[in-house]
Amino acid sequence: MVQNSSEQHRPLTVPEEWRSGVHNRLTEISTDWSSDQDAFKNVPWGKAMMWIFLVSDTFIFTCFLTGYMTVRMSTTEPWPVPSEVFALTIAGHHIPLILIAIMTFILITSSGTMAMAVNFGYRRERHKTALLMLATALFGASFVGMQAFEWTKLIVEEGVRPWGNPMGAAQFGSTFFMITGFHGLHVSIGVIYLSTVAFKVWRGDYQSRGYEIVEIAGLYWHFVDLVWVFIFAFFYLW
Amino acid sequence: MAHVPYQEALPLHEPKSFWTRYVWSQDHKVIAIQYTLTAVAVGLVALVMSWLMRLQIGFPGSFSFIDPSTYYQLVTMHGMIMVIYLLTAIFLGGFGNFLIPLMVGARDMVFPFVNMLSYWAYLLSVLVLMASFFVPGGPTGAGWTLYPPQAILPGTPGSDSGIVLMLVSLILFIVAATMGGLNYVTTVIQARTYGMTMMRLPLSVWGIFMATILALLAFPALFVGGVMMLFDRLLGSSFFMPAVVSMGKMLDYQGGSPVLFQHIFWFFGHPEVYIVALPAFGIVSDIISTHARKNIFGYRIMVWAIVSIGVLSFIVWAHHMYVSGMNPYFGFFFAITTLIIAVPTAIKVYNWVLTLWQGNIHMTVPMLFAVAFVSTFTIGGITGLFLGNVVIDLPLSDTYFVVAHFHMVMGVSPILVVFGGIYHWFPKITGRMLNDTLGQIHFWLTFLGTYAIYFPMHYLGFIGMPRRYYAYEGYQFIPESAQDLNVFITISALMVGAAQFIFLYNLAWSAFKGKPAGSNPWNATTLEWQTPDTPPSHGNWGDRLPIVYRWAYDYSVPGAEKDFIPQNQPPAGENPGGAATT
Repeated sequence: MVQNSSEQHRPLTVPEEWRSGVHNRLTEISTDWSSDQDAFKNVPWGKAMMWIFLVSDTFIFTCFLTGYMTVRMSTTEPWPVPSEVFALTIAGHHIPLILIAIMTFILITSSGTMAMAVNFGYRRERHKTALLMLATALFGASFVGMQAFEWTKLIVEEGVRPWGNPMGAAQFGSTFFMITGFHGLHVSIGVIYLSTVAFKVWRGDYQSRGYEIVEIAGLYWHFVDLVWVFIFAFFYLW
Repeated sequence: MAHVPYQEALPLHEPKSFWTRYVWSQDHKVIAIQYTLTAVAVGLVALVMSWLMRLQIGFPGSFSFIDPSTYYQLVTMHGMIMVIYLLTAIFLGGFGNFLIPLMVGARDMVFPFVNMLSYWAYLLSVLVLMASFFVPGGPTGAGWTLYPPQAILPGTPGSDSGIVLMLVSLILFIVAATMGGLNYVTTVIQARTYGMTMMRLPLSVWGIFMATILALLAFPALFVGGVMMLFDRLLGSSFFMPAVVSMGKMLDYQGGSPVLFQHIFWFFGHPEVYIVALPAFGIVSDIISTHARKNIFGYRIMVWAIVSIGVLSFIVWAHHMYVSGMNPYFGFFFAITTLIIAVPTAIKVYNWVLTLWQGNIHMTVPMLFAVAFVSTFTIGGITGLFLGNVVIDLPLSDTYFVVAHFHMVMGVSPILVVFGGIYHWFPKITGRMLNDTLGQIHFWLTFLGTYAIYFPMHYLGFIGMPRRYYAYEGYQFIPESAQDLNVFITISALMVGAAQFIFLYNLAWSAFKGKPAGSNPWNATTLEWQTPDTPPSHGNWGDRLPIVYRWAYDYSVPGAEKDFIPQNQPPAGENPGGAATT
């Protein structure tokens, strides 16, 4: 359908002797990327849209984390030491960051089960797919549960509030609740999303349309995991 | 699997009920009209506010109901409504929704349901914003930039609930813009018709496409700023709040950074300028080319100018903050990037002028508005070069020079394009022409009137008249004659505002009584004028999607039968490439 589109709208064609191999390669690249119908070949609409949404969402989390780092550096009071705040005493042993380590491990495991679900989806083994998605959702739900435990402990036992805490800078509490809360919201939405898709996969709704939806849900889930890695690094390990 | 065949194979569900057809419609054309009408309605509120503001400045003290608090509320709401709820909504939600599927040859947006949700979230955000007029304390008077700490301190008008409703409304708007924006971008990159390569897209689509990408990447910053300020206001956190003594009392805030908000806000705020400007650039290019019967000059460079302006717009934000107490080296960097943006922008202006050069210019109403845009945009752009320089900005900052600059460049210019676009596409939307005489009157009153309003403001700014003041009496450095100019500006503003009611009357009258337009009254080449029905029916294209053989600007091709060749016209036998060039 596309006849030498690169030639059509160019009133002044570049003389042949100016054209280097590089120039030709660049022209080929731009022609391929701008060819008709779709820029990303064989990518369904939903998948393209999810990728674009995730880029936008990345900007949200980047702004949150940048804002957090700025207030952490500009605040006048000392910042509480995360490894001490987030420590648990289990069987008489004081272990720093143990809960966060478990939560991180669970979330990354859930990415593994999600990847397996995508694989089985494309093999059209829908019951395995649905079960693995359900396992992923359960891992996610347990992550949110542990987060609720962590919040409760901080609020009730440690007295951390958005407007202040006994350990140091007030912004510690506000950034913590804001960022982990927004991430926890993402995980919760993901749990609902995955459960819904898993149910429809089990029922066989996608037998005719194909299982790209599993991969699209997976994209979202992997993104939420990836964001957690950054929150873990910047909030808990710094 | 290519997806246009998929699109073509989709069963067309024609909604039967009035409610699903016109109210909860998933048709991009209806959603576009819903967006436009809502934006115009809320824009009228902001227009009346600008009248009240100007009445206070022109005739201080004559209107007892405008006290200082009310004045600040008017300033704030006027700015916020015009920038976000009118211009952004009308360009992306209105023009974007209507033009993208028609111009790329799609049946609809890729996810019509999400598109519908986008409109309803937008309507909700508008309702929340309007609700702030009726709460105790009224809407916020913090200035449209909502700078903390004063935005949430007691003493600022609307600091009890107005600011909360404003932030909630903005967050809802961002949700709406995101749902719409994902649709627009995905439709442009993945749902074009046969033969519609990216480099055959009309520039309107390029402008809206790039502006939507900016919106998807810039609104997150406003979202985060809004959430953090809500935390500060409602939960007593101190993201943006340093230790403050307010009304003799030490507040509980401590250790926050007000400058952080300014960075976050302007990281959104500057791209926002281009979210409004880039669709205007695109639409103007198409109007000028169509009505000058000549192909757009330098199509490729116009596309790359749009793209490079979009990219650069993310690294210039701190030129709004030269007086905020940043590190001076930042000013050096941001001044340079700001001035670099002038290069692609100037290329675009030259290309519009060169498109007009030796064209067969039809001075229709849309063309008048498009040419007027080139004029006002050039003036506003040049004053932008003044303000982009740190040393010139420092004395001019927060004076009426700045007010004149941004109203010329992102107030008047885009709104002229909105008018031009409506006059241009109204025949396709309704099947009827807008009345030409009323259009001419509307144009000349608006165009000359805006110069009468904003040109004197440059002088007022140079003599140091500060912006956002309630009254200017008793300042030694402002000569008394400045008040004469203020009166002149106020009277001009009242007239320009009144002229917009001619436009509204024209819209309402012509929608029912206007001259029938036919399918292609401007003899335009782009796909939206080649639909089988006018107004286009649900699904736009009947049974088969159009096939595109050429770019969007085949006007006055030598040797062709007519002075335009539609994009979907197959090449003639001996001219297989459809070559427009040669």
